[in-house]
Amino acid sequence: MSLNNSDIGGEAGSPVIDQVDTPAADTVATMARQAPVRLPETVRRYLVRVLALLAALLVWHWASSRGFNLFINFENVPGPLVVGQALIEALSSADFYLHILHSLRRIAVAYVVAVVLGVGLGILMGRSRLAEDIITPYIELLRPIPAVAWIPLAILMMPSEESSIIFITFLGALFPIVINTVHGVEQTPKVLVRAARSLGASNAAILRHVVLPGALPSIVAGLAIGMGVAWFSLLAGEIISGQYGIGYFTWSAYTLIQYPQIIIGMLMIGGLGTLCTLLIKLLCRPLLRWQVGENDR
Amino acid sequence: MRPATKSTPESALQEQTRSQENTMTSAIDMIQRLPQPPERSAKTPGGERGHIEIRDVSVEFERSGDWATAVHRAQVDIRPGEFVCLLGPSGCGKSTLLNAVAGFVTPTRGELLVDGAPVTAPGPDRGMVFQQHSLFPWKTVRDNVAFGPLMSGLGRNEAMSLARTFLGLVGLSAHANAFPATLSGGMQQRVGIARALANYPSVLLMDEPFGALDAQTRTMMQESLLDIWSEFGNTVLFVTHDIDEAVFLSDRILIMSASPGRIIADISVDLPRPRIQDLLTRPEFMALKRECLDLIRRETLRAFEQQNGQAG
Ligand SMILES: Nc1ncnc2c1ncn2[C@@H]1O[C@H](COP(=O)(O)OP(=O)(O)OP(=O)(O)O)[C@@H](O)[C@H]1O
Ligand SMILES: [Mg+2]
Repeated sequence: MSLNNSDIGGEAGSPVIDQVDTPAADTVATMARQAPVRLPETVRRYLVRVLALLAALLVWHWASSRGFNLFINFENVPGPLVVGQALIEALSSADFYLHILHSLRRIAVAYVVAVVLGVGLGILMGRSRLAEDIITPYIELLRPIPAVAWIPLAILMMPSEESSIIFITFLGALFPIVINTVHGVEQTPKVLVRAARSLGASNAAILRHVVLPGALPSIVAGLAIGMGVAWFSLLAGEIISGQYGIGYFTWSAYTLIQYPQIIIGMLMIGGLGTLCTLLIKLLCRPLLRWQVGENDR
Repeated sequence: MRPATKSTPESALQEQTRSQENTMTSAIDMIQRLPQPPERSAKTPGGERGHIEIRDVSVEFERSGDWATAVHRAQVDIRPGEFVCLLGPSGCGKSTLLNAVAGFVTPTRGELLVDGAPVTAPGPDRGMVFQQHSLFPWKTVRDNVAFGPLMSGLGRNEAMSLARTFLGLVGLSAHANAFPATLSGGMQQRVGIARALANYPSVLLMDEPFGALDAQTRTMMQESLLDIWSEFGNTVLFVTHDIDEAVFLSDRILIMSASPGRIIADISVDLPRPRIQDLLTRPEFMALKRECLDLIRRETLRAFEQQNGQAG
């Protein structure tokens, strides 16, 4: 694999680099000028990641086509080609997109509520000891409860099926966001608060100019984790019901014993979850621009 | 006796012409163009500001149930425009006394007045320059300096142009858009000074601001600090444990000793200004340095003996 890797770098170094469309493109280009033979670090690392996934596909193909059965049994597992075919079929049906759309909408609603409430609660808890003492026991008690365990209560308490699914998804996203926000807010360096005060800042200005930006790296980490947890909570929620949703799609494939569809559903959840997390990170990146160079101090 | 003559126009003019022979010419030009809101400027004719009265101030901290004295009954009167150094060994309570003047720490005894008003909280009339990194890392250099003016209610444009001026003053115009993390330690400290000055404080409090710098950068920073101070004429209370630095900079040195933190001597430094590095090798400088050293040594020995006596 490493041989393969350097081959690509050797012949196609600059054209590959010219097409790179990331914020790091400038530095990538200058690096390429200095050392035209070697691929830049980031590109090389992503290449390794893609190759690692391809390798897994190959192993999967080999194991399922050979009927590998040694402790782990691949005999009845559909191979990547079968799943691929089923995926093409699914992609050409409108229903499949409806499943995805419904899931995305639930994620969006649940996530936005979780972000607003989570960051708000987190700041409150980080700034007020009383608020922290009141809210912490709830968070500690509720946090370890898995999303699936919430299903019955969610159905009892929420006015509709849709809202109970969103509630369960929301709960999943909420806890990591709250906890990371509290952590970030509590880490505000005292000297910066003092500096702001001696420059005439009010409490509100300190919150806005010192506490919040200082907590942002931690909040962003919480947002990314929260997005991941939202996706696996969504799956639990969509088991409840609905006619649509990628979780429902997977669950109904399971009850109908459609193995390729089960795998498609699983991969879809993994892929969409990853994409959404990536999106959150990208959206937050401009807010963290100041961290450049902070770590190599 | 400079502070007394500072407000007369002739002496200000003399100071300017004299300073222009220095390297900071462009910076001085800039100061003359500084927009100076009359009620905020330290050089306002008529009412000089920056009078610090420390009246019998003690600061005690509770430490695991016990009370430890960090500052013991300090009594100082600092005239407007004076450059005063607090000199003493590590842990003797210099920062604590400075923080009390800044309003970060509340004295457990005595009274603290700045321009007649008791100190109850930090405020923009007392600018602070810290020893550690204290710039807002998420704000650009310019936004850091503009923060004080913005907080005092100036409009964004005014604050930005003030920030530009003050960055010019410390020679960092070229780095206005950089984030602090990309600057060297010396540059960051200069931004810190510009940020504190941008509020036109009547008192500038500095806690070992050059402690982390190399010797060369340090002397450069000392000279430019004196240049800036000679133009602004504000009161400076400067903490250091470096005797050379204290003698080089100040009109007056307050020597503190530990156990418990007490001001044990008040030495006036009558060396001529402007001060340049040549001063460091002159006999008058040496004599003052020796005086400080002797005082500190005598005090340290006395403190040791006292402790031994208590132990025995
Ligand atoms: N917030 C605090 N709580 C408890 N004790 C403190 C606190 N701040 C300072 N002290 C104690 O007060 C004494 C004086 O501390 P201070 O920081 O004023 O010393 P310093 O002269 O500035 O020393 P250095 O030169 O090392 O900065 C020390 O013994 C210190 O441990
Ligand atoms: Mg100190």
